[in-house]
Amino acid sequence: MPDARDSILTKLRKTRDVHPLTPPASDFAPIEAKRWADEERLPRIRRLMEAVHTEFIDATEADWPAVLREFLAQEGVGSLVYAPETEAGKQLVEGWGVASPASNSPSPPRGEGRGEGDASHDSPEGPAAHPPHPNPLPGGERGRTPAPTLIPYDRPLEDLKPQLFESIEAGLTATRGAIAETGSLILWPTAEEPRTLSLVPHIHIALLRTDALYDTFLQAMRDQGWAQAMPTNVLLVSGPSKTADIEQTLAYGVHGPKRLIVLVVHP
Amino acid sequence: MDHQPPKPTRVYYFGTCLVDLFFPDAGMAGIELLQSQGLTVVFPQGQSCCGQPAYNSGYRADALKVARAQLDLFPGGDPIVVPSGSCAGMMKKHWPDLFRGEPDEAKAVQVAGRVWELTQFLVHVLDVRLTDKGEPVRVTWHASCHAQREMGVVDEPKDLLRQLANVELVELKREKECCGFGGTFAVRHPEISAAMVGDKVADIEGTGAARVVSGDCGCLLNIGGALEAGAKAARGQHIAQFLKERIHGR
Amino acid sequence: MDANAPDFAAASRAALADPQLRGNFRRAMDGLMGKRAAQFADAGEWHGVRALAAAVRLRALAKLPELLEKLEENCTRNGITVHWAATTDDANAIALDILHRVDAKLVVKGKSMVTEEMHLNAVLESDGIEVLESDLGEYIVQLDGTMPSHIIMPAIHLNTKQIAHLFKRKLKDAESREDAAYLTDLARRVLRAKFQAADVGMSGVNAAVAETGTLCLIENEGNGRMCTTVPPVHIAFMGLEKVVEKLEDVPPVISLLPRSATGQPITTYVNMISGPRKDGEKDGPREVHLVILDNGRSGIYADPELRDTLRCIRCGACMNHCPVYTKVGGHAYEAPYPGPIGKILVPQIEGLEKRGAMPHACTMCNACVEICPVKIPIVEIMGRLRVEAVKPGGAVKDGGAKASRAERMVWSGWAAMNASPTAYRIATAAMSRLGNAAPSSLPMLKEWTNVRTKPRFAGRTLHDLARAKGIPDA
Repeated sequence: MPDARDSILTKLRKTRDVHPLTPPASDFAPIEAKRWADEERLPRIRRLMEAVHTEFIDATEADWPAVLREFLAQEGVGSLVYAPETEAGKQLVEGWGVASPASNSPSPPRGEGRGEGDASHDSPEGPAAHPPHPNPLPGGERGRTPAPTLIPYDRPLEDLKPQLFESIEAGLTATRGAIAETGSLILWPTAEEPRTLSLVPHIHIALLRTDALYDTFLQAMRDQGWAQAMPTNVLLVSGPSKTADIEQTLAYGVHGPKRLIVLVVHP
Repeated sequence: MDHQPPKPTRVYYFGTCLVDLFFPDAGMAGIELLQSQGLTVVFPQGQSCCGQPAYNSGYRADALKVARAQLDLFPGGDPIVVPSGSCAGMMKKHWPDLFRGEPDEAKAVQVAGRVWELTQFLVHVLDVRLTDKGEPVRVTWHASCHAQREMGVVDEPKDLLRQLANVELVELKREKECCGFGGTFAVRHPEISAAMVGDKVADIEGTGAARVVSGDCGCLLNIGGALEAGAKAARGQHIAQFLKERIHGR
Repeated sequence: MDANAPDFAAASRAALADPQLRGNFRRAMDGLMGKRAAQFADAGEWHGVRALAAAVRLRALAKLPELLEKLEENCTRNGITVHWAATTDDANAIALDILHRVDAKLVVKGKSMVTEEMHLNAVLESDGIEVLESDLGEYIVQLDGTMPSHIIMPAIHLNTKQIAHLFKRKLKDAESREDAAYLTDLARRVLRAKFQAADVGMSGVNAAVAETGTLCLIENEGNGRMCTTVPPVHIAFMGLEKVVEKLEDVPPVISLLPRSATGQPITTYVNMISGPRKDGEKDGPREVHLVILDNGRSGIYADPELRDTLRCIRCGACMNHCPVYTKVGGHAYEAPYPGPIGKILVPQIEGLEKRGAMPHACTMCNACVEICPVKIPIVEIMGRLRVEAVKPGGAVKDGGAKASRAERMVWSGWAAMNASPTAYRIATAAMSRLGNAAPSSLPMLKEWTNVRTKPRFAGRTLHDLARAKGIPDA
C-alpha cells in the first residue's frame, strides 16, 4: 500500500525531527572481549553442543566418508541425502567405497526413522531392508553392516519432497565454521547445497573442519565479510531441534532434525 | 558507593507520612541511631509527604504541590536521611523529573542529590559498628522494591544485621520479589495483592524467623498485617527499631 | 466505561481462584528466573552487552524512517516484496491478497506476535483458508481455542496432563499419555505432513537488517525454518520498530534475547533470510513477502518518552520477572502482549478507553526494568500512561478516558492536606486520634482487611515524638 508507506514514513520523519534522538555510542568491546585460546574453542563448542544432545564423531580428511559410513551403518540408518556438486559431496562419494552412488532412487519409505536417541537395531525396517554393501570396508565385523543408500540432492525440492519428508533418514552438509561462545555451527546453504538438507531429514550430519572456529558470532560475520554479500539463507545451528513448550520439559526432535551429528574433520 | 562524603556533624531527617502515622517509634529509633553516632539530627516540623502516592497515580500536579512544600525545609548542604527506601527513591530519583522545567527545578535537584536511605547512610557514611546486647533470635530481611532498585540498597541492611552477634539472618526465598503493596495497587487490585503477600508470608514462614525486618513501612503494613491476620508466629519490624532494640539490649 | 473493555480485575480474580494455574505459573517463572540469572552470572558482561544492545535499538529508532527505507530498498533488491500496512486491517488485506493470488488452501505459521495483534488466524479461517500454528506451544493453544499466555511460551499455563487430555480430545490416534516426549512426537507427525503440503508459510521477524535486507528469525523447534523454507511462498510480518541498521547489530540482540527469555545461551536456530530462491537454487520459497505494520507504532514514536516502548525485542523476560504476571498468568490481560511490556504497549496501541486499567495492574516494583535487556524504562512509561489516562488530550489515544471527578477531588484534597503544615498537623492529629475507630467495612479498608489486620494509627505522630524529645526543627 503505497499510501500507507508514504504516510508512515512522513509521520516518522516529521515527529523524529521534532524530537530527535541521540543514541549512545555502540561499543562492541564487550563482545569483542570474548576470546578463547585456539585449543579451547573446539572443546567448548563440543561441551556446549553436547549439553543440548548434539553428537560428535572425530575423523580425518582421509577417512571421514568411511567413518561416517560406518557410523550410519552401525546406527541402522538406511539413507543419506547429500549435495553431489559440493566438495564434501564429491569427497563423500569418493571415500564411500563405491564408484558411484548406489542409486538415484531413494529407499522406500521407512516411517518416522529413529526414535528419541534410540540407536537399537531391532526395527523391522532396519538394516535388513538393505542388502549388504558390495564393497565393504576392510576390517572384519564392520564390513558386514549394510551401508546406507546415498541419495544425491540433484533436483528441486518439489521433486524430492515426498522422499525427503517421508523416507530419507539423514542429510549431510558442510559448515562454514563454528562459534565458541555459544556452540553454534555456521551453515551456508548454496545452489549446490540446499537448505532442506539440514532441516527435513531426521538426522543432520554436519562436517566441521577445525580451521574455522570463531570466538563469537560477531567475529565470524566480520572475518567472513558477511555484510558484503549475504546469501539467500545463513543459519546458526546449535543442536538438534528441541522444545520446552510442554511444561518446560525439554524434548528433542519436534520439527527439525531429531539428531545433530557433528563430524569433526581433523587435518 | 562511588562517593563517600566526609562524615557530617548534622543531618536532616525526613520521617515520611507512613512512619509519621503508623510507625513513629521506628522513626524515632532512626533519629536515635543517628544521634548515637554523634550527629545532630534536625527534624523539620513542616514536613509531610514526598508526593509519591499522587505521582504514581497519575496526578503529577498534586504530587508537585506536595513535594514543593518540602523543598525549603532542608536549607544548606547537610544530608537528608530517610527511613524508607521508597520515599527516598521518590525524592532522589523522581523529584528531578517532577520538577523538570519548573522555576524551582535547580533547588529540587540539589535537595534530591542529598537524600540517603537510612541503612545506606549508616553503612556508607557513618560506617557504624553495632554491638548486640539482645537475646539470640532468628530474623529474615525483606528487601523493598524501591530500596533495591531505585536506591541500590541491597547489602547494607543485611550487613548491619550481620554485625549483630546474637542475630541469625536467614535469607528469604525470592528475597527480591515484591510483597504486593504497591501503594494504591493494594486497594485497586486487592486479590492480586493478597496473593502476592500470601506467597511472601509463606516464604517468611519457610525461614522459621521470628521477625521479618524491612526498611519500608508500606511493605511492613502489608506483610505485618498479613502475618497478624494469618496468626503467624513471625512479626514484622522496621530495621531502625530492630537495630535500636538490639544495641540497647531489649 | 466501554462495555467491551477487557476487565482485568475480573479476569485476574478467576485466574487467582485456579490453584492449578497459579502453580503452573509459579513453578515456570521461578525456573525461568533462575535459568536467566545463571546466564548472566558475569555482571560485567551483562552490563556491557546490555548497554550495547540498548544502543543498537536506540540507534535504530534514531534513524527509523531512513532505516525502513533502506530495508525496503535492500529487500527489494534481494527479491523480497515489501508491503506497508498502517493498520491491522490493512495487513490482513495484504495477506489475503497474496493468499488469493496463489490460491492458497493451507497456511503454516511460525511464531509471530504481530499476527496475534492482527488476529490473522481468525481472518484467514473466515476466508476458508486452513491455518496452522506450528510452534508447539502455539499449536497447543490453537487446538485449545485460546490465546497465548506468554509471548515466548504460549502454552505455559497448561501442564503436561492438561495437554495430554487436549491432544486425546483433538487428535485422532492420540494415546492418553502424559509424556512430553510422546506428545511432542505426536505433534511432529501431524505437522510434518502440513509443512510438506502447505501453500504458504508465515513467520514473524526478530530483527530486520536494513544494511543487507535480511530477516532474522530465532527459534528452537525448526518450525520457523520449515515455514520459511519449504512452502513456495513465505510471508513475514514485522512491527515497523523491528529494523536494525547493520548486520553487526544482530549479534548483541541475539546474545541477549534467548538468555533473557529462557536462559539458554542461544536458540537452536538463528535463521537469516535475504531473499527468495535464486536461479539455480534447489529450495527455498519462490516468493518472499515482508509486511511492515504500523498499527499505532508511529504514534508511540512521536512522543520522545513513550518512544522507548519501541526498543522492545520481545524476549518476554519482563513477564517472567513480574510478580503480578506470575500470580495471574497471561490470559488475565486479554491482550496479545501480557505482562509489563503489554501493560505499556497495548494501551498505546488500543487506547486508554479500552486499556486504561492496564498500567495500574502494576506495583511499580521495577523488577522488569532491572532485567530488561534493552533497558526500557517500563515503569516510567507506566507512570506516564497513568498520567495520560486521567489527562484529557495528550499524546496517547483516548487520553483522559479514566478521568474521574471523584478521584480528582480525592487527590486535590490529599495535596491540600500535605502541602500545608497546619492542615497536615490537624489532619494527622485527627487520624491518629480517630483513625482506629474506622470500621473495617469502609470500601478500601474492606479490601485491605480481607487478608490483613487493619493498619493501626500509633496515636502520636513522629512529629509529636520529635517535638517531645526536643529534636531541633531547623
